[in-house]
Amino acid sequence: MKETLIIAGFGGQGVLSMGKILAYSGVMQDFEVTWMPSYGPEMRGGTANVTVILSDRKISSPIAHEFDTAIILNQQSMEKFEPLVKPGGVLIYDTNGITRHPVRDDIEVYAIDATAECAKLGQAKLFNTMILGGYLKVRPVVEMENVMIGLKKSLPERAWKMLPANEEAIRHGGEIIRKIR
Amino acid sequence: MADKEVKLMKGNEVIAHAAIRYGCDGYFGYPITPQSEVMETLMELKPWETTGMVVLQAESEISSVNMVYGGASTGKRVMTSSSSPGISLMAEGISYLAGAELPCLIVNCQRGGPGLGTIQPSQGDYFQACKGGGHGDYKLIVFAPNSVQEMHDHVFEAFDLAFKYRNPAMILADGAIGQMMEKVVLAPQRPRKSDAEIAAECRTWAANGKPADRERNVVTSLELQSEKMEIINHRLQEKYRMMEECEVRYEEIGCEDADYVIVAFGSSARICSATVEMARAEGLKVGLLRPITLYPFPTKRIAELAARGVRGFLSAELNAGQMVEDVRLAVNGKAPVEHYGRQGGMLFAPDEVLAALKDKLIKK
Repeated sequence: MKETLIIAGFGGQGVLSMGKILAYSGVMQDFEVTWMPSYGPEMRGGTANVTVILSDRKISSPIAHEFDTAIILNQQSMEKFEPLVKPGGVLIYDTNGITRHPVRDDIEVYAIDATAECAKLGQAKLFNTMILGGYLKVRPVVEMENVMIGLKKSLPERAWKMLPANEEAIRHGGEIIRKIR
Repeated sequence: MADKEVKLMKGNEVIAHAAIRYGCDGYFGYPITPQSEVMETLMELKPWETTGMVVLQAESEISSVNMVYGGASTGKRVMTSSSSPGISLMAEGISYLAGAELPCLIVNCQRGGPGLGTIQPSQGDYFQACKGGGHGDYKLIVFAPNSVQEMHDHVFEAFDLAFKYRNPAMILADGAIGQMMEKVVLAPQRPRKSDAEIAAECRTWAANGKPADRERNVVTSLELQSEKMEIINHRLQEKYRMMEECEVRYEEIGCEDADYVIVAFGSSARICSATVEMARAEGLKVGLLRPITLYPFPTKRIAELAARGVRGFLSAELNAGQMVEDVRLAVNGKAPVEHYGRQGGMLFAPDEVLAALKDKLIKK
C-alpha cells in the first residue's frame, strides 16, 4: 500500500491540519508517513498545499511530482495539480469558486460541496474534516477507528471539545461526496 | 488500536525535543525561516521549569553565537540554530569557537542563497559548513540528517562528538527536513550534568571556577607568538586527522554491485533513493552513497568504490556543485564524476536525477 496525496487550497482552509490528521491516522495504523508542506510567506488567503504519503514500506522520497490522489480546494490549485494526478488516480474537489472544472477523462473525479454544506450548518471550522471524510469514503486507506485517534492526536487539548463535531463532519463528508466520472 | 509512543513531528520541533532530552544546558537563538520552530517549540516546552535548561532569544545571531561561546567556555552543553543568512552572521563566532576548542552544537536549516535568497530548501551551504565559513584553518564536525528521526539522533551524536573532540559540531539540515513531519521515537529524558560532573569532566580547560589544586584555565583563540600559534594549529590538525580516521559515517544503498553511484546527502539523498529504485527497475545497476557526516567525509569508501570499478559517480545536490569537489578528490581521476543540481529552493524529482545520470554518465 502506498498513497501519495496532495491537498491544495487557500491558507486558512485547514489544508495543513487536514494533512496532519491523515498523517497521524496513518501512524496509528503503523504506516510510514511523511507530511511535507509547501511553506512560504503566504498566510491566510494565500495558496497552501501539503503532500502526505502513507506507505506500508519505508518512504524514499517525501517529495512527489505526481499523485495518486489530489484534493483540490481552489481554482489555482486546479490549474496546478489536475495535470499531476497519475492516470487512473483520483481527483476530489470542492465546487465552490471553481470556474474551470476538471477535464481529464483518465482519472476518477469526485465533487464535494463542503463549503456550501458548512455554510448551511453555520460551521465553517468543520470544512477540512468534512473534506477528509469525503476522501476517506473514496480512498479508505486508514481505518475509521485510527482516523479518530489521529484526529485527537493532531488537535491541541484545548480543541478536544470540538472532537465530536469533527467526527460527525468526517462521517457527513462521506455521505455528501459524489462521483462525477 | 493501542496508543503508541511514536510521535509525528516536524524536523525543527524534534531538534528542540532532542536538545532537552539530551540534557542540553542552554539554547541561544534568533528566529529565521525555515527554522523558527526550533525556538518556538523550546519556548512552548519551557524546559527551564523541568530540566533547568536556559532558552534565550538573543537580539541577533551575533549575540547568540557569542552566548554559545560563553556557555561552552564553562563546560556547559549549549547550542544555537539558524538558517543560512543567520549562520553567515555567526561565522566569526564559529571560527572563535573552533579556535578556542569549545564544544557546542550549531544547527543550520538551510535555505536558498546567496544573500537573503529564498526561504525554500537548499544545500548551498556545504562549502560554508565543511570548508570554513569563518576564517582560519578549522573544521566543524558536520552531520547531514535525511529524516526527522535523524534530526533527533544527530543532536545526541553531534553533542557527544563535540565533547569528545572539544570542537563545534553542526547539523546541516535544510528547509525540507526542518519543515516535514515524520514518525519519530524520542529518547528518554537524561539529566543535565551537575556542576561537579562538569568540573571533573572539563577540569583541564573549562573556565568554571578555579579550585586550589589546579592552574587557572584560559579560554581563548588568541596567541600572538607565531611559534606557539603554529603548535596550536598542528594540534588542531592532528585532532581533525583523528576525526577523519574514526568518525566517518555513511549509508549505502545498492553500492555493492553498482556500475554507477549517486552521492547525495540530506533531503536530496531521500529523493535519490527513489532514483535508485527506478534505475534498478529498469535493470540499471545504480547505487547510492549517502554521507551522514559531511566532515569527516567518506573519502576512503568512495575511493574504494572507484578502485573496485564503478564506472561513474553523480553528485546530486541542491546547489551549483559543491560536494562534487570532494567526490572528485576521492575518486582521484579513476572514473568520471559529474554533478546534477537544482538551486534557488527548487527540488529535483527522482526521474530528473535518473535522466541526468543517463545523460551525463551512461550515454558517454
